[in-house]
Amino acid sequence: MSTPKTLFEKVWDSHLVRAPEGEPALLYIDLHLVHEVTSPQAFEGLRLANRKIRRPDLTFATIDHNVPTTLDERFHIKDQIAAQQIATLRKNCEANGIPLFDIGSGRQGIVHVIGPELGLTQPGKTIVCGDSHTSTHGAFGALAFGIGTSEVEHVLATQCVSQKKPRCMRISTTGRLPEGTASKDLILEIIRQLGTDGGTGYVIEYAGDVVRSLTMEERMTMCNMSIECGARAGMIAPDETTLEYVKDRPYAPNGDAWDEAVKEWEKLVTDEGAAFDCEIAIDGTQLAPIVTWGTNPGMSVPVTANVPDPEQARNASERAAMLSALEYMGLKAGLRIEDVSIDRVFIGSCTNGRLEDLRAAAKVIHGHKVHPCVTVLVVPGSEAVKQAAEREGLDRIFKDAGAQWREPGCSMCLGMNPDILAPRQRCASTSNRNFEGRQGRNGRTHLVSPETAAAAAVAGHFVDVRGWEYRN
Amino acid sequence: MEPICKHRGVVAPLHRENIDTDQIIPKQHLKRIERSGFGQFLFSDWRYHADGSDREDFVLNHEPFRKATILVAGKNFGCGSSREHAAWALGEFGFRVILAPSFADIFRNNAGNNGLLVIELAEPTIERLAQHAHNQRPYHLTVDLEKQIITDDLGLAEKFEIEAFRRHRLMNGLDEIGMTLLHADDITRFEQDRNKSGPAPR
Repeated sequence: MSTPKTLFEKVWDSHLVRAPEGEPALLYIDLHLVHEVTSPQAFEGLRLANRKIRRPDLTFATIDHNVPTTLDERFHIKDQIAAQQIATLRKNCEANGIPLFDIGSGRQGIVHVIGPELGLTQPGKTIVCGDSHTSTHGAFGALAFGIGTSEVEHVLATQCVSQKKPRCMRISTTGRLPEGTASKDLILEIIRQLGTDGGTGYVIEYAGDVVRSLTMEERMTMCNMSIECGARAGMIAPDETTLEYVKDRPYAPNGDAWDEAVKEWEKLVTDEGAAFDCEIAIDGTQLAPIVTWGTNPGMSVPVTANVPDPEQARNASERAAMLSALEYMGLKAGLRIEDVSIDRVFIGSCTNGRLEDLRAAAKVIHGHKVHPCVTVLVVPGSEAVKQAAEREGLDRIFKDAGAQWREPGCSMCLGMNPDILAPRQRCASTSNRNFEGRQGRNGRTHLVSPETAAAAAVAGHFVDVRGWEYRN
Repeated sequence: MEPICKHRGVVAPLHRENIDTDQIIPKQHLKRIERSGFGQFLFSDWRYHADGSDREDFVLNHEPFRKATILVAGKNFGCGSSREHAAWALGEFGFRVILAPSFADIFRNNAGNNGLLVIELAEPTIERLAQHAHNQRPYHLTVDLEKQIITDDLGLAEKFEIEAFRRHRLMNGLDEIGMTLLHADDITRFEQDRNKSGPAPR
């Protein structure tokens, strides 16, 4: 019998174009996703070097980072530099025969929402994009990771990336998620335990009972944030849940091709006895809703806890980091998280901007009113998500409660469009990064699940959603 | 890509952990479609007040650090977003070398693709270098990539590790695409083999 392999190794090995000793491997890329911010310099580089795009048929583009989320501004962008970046992407796609899911096409959206939604994301594929949250697609058992613009240019020219082989880590989860907790809480807890660089150099495979019980959208939330502990990618072996999700999507194989594909995808599991460089176990039953208090995604506590004390830090540099984070966040050690008041709520992003996320938030907010001191932005991850949510009446639930129902895009996750925090505003956000200035200069971001964000919107401060009074 | 073999320059200390790419180049500056023009925005939220004036408390606003070409930073430098604008901004400011206990994966690749040399050194060494840079003003280091050694004028001689291939590329300023295209036949063969066996990717 051949040597047992991990899921990652199977996908890696089947895409090796060459792997010479002492050099990075050349890895073939099945799907290259492109957006407006990290691609213009890559297309320009190709033009200057007179190089052609090798596989425009494996390249797909959309517009997400810059696009305003109000209907009137969406088609008349006031920011001229942003408008030019979008116009440049349109020109580059047109000139090179690259399909573009443009604003108003019905298929536009955050690149990591539309890939899966269109069935472009499939088990066993290698997927790259000039965006660190490309790790999202690993939820399908694909090997997916973010790259820089020079690498985008490299993929356009060669359909390959040059990569050093990462190491393998497995995180095994036991139990089921307790009521009121979400896969967002699970991944935040994992990042807290690993630290923001604990996954550096690794591809993480998430396995075990909790992961098996998750829907595809919940799995995407987990893989999405793998980069926040430094990991190259996150992966989950495909199963029935995966197949059910992919089947009949516009770009999924159909007929005989589907049956053949399924036969291949069923092999995408880690073999018994395969070796990992690192193994970690997480007890899912102990999980509570999580809130970040600091300026990186590893700085978090359960919602029922207090803001931690820098005097409890493990070493001097951690203490310095905690002090600086508390100062930036305007928080004092020992304060109860549930006593922290908020000004804004953002529900959306490639982490939590999918239909199930909106449903979860709507379920909490249904029949309640948004707190008078809080402004709530709900931004669907894609045009398709928005349409589906409206068919279910989720938009009405949000609007009736006093939240703003917006057009799709990355929006306030990174604030490249007009949706930003004012200085010192405090936001409960379902996004992925609470870095200084991420949502606006001197803005204060707390990362939470959609359920916790919705509850905070109503209460005006953080609250344990496990005791929520549902009114629907 | 400009080759780098041996570099002598002024060291600037920015001894914080987890300096993310959102800090290195905040998002409001990512809308340009050129590769240039980012140096002025390097660390802009730390470097400037909201009105655009210099912040007194930021190291790069003081001499001799305005002319620094070597940056000493804390662990996990370059974490977060994949934006290569971070490497472009550092390079355009004048940095050629970054020293830190560790670097985030995507940033490391972006740096390498822009002739920016990143070197991992043990935490105590980083702390010592940051202190020297802070106290001596200017503190010079010489980074010899060929011999893989860092020296100063006080007798420091610190060996460092770097992957042979990365070193080769940086020393010769090699364009990665050009190198890969030498193997275009291998790529074509891979595509043909795949088309023969199993469903083609679409």
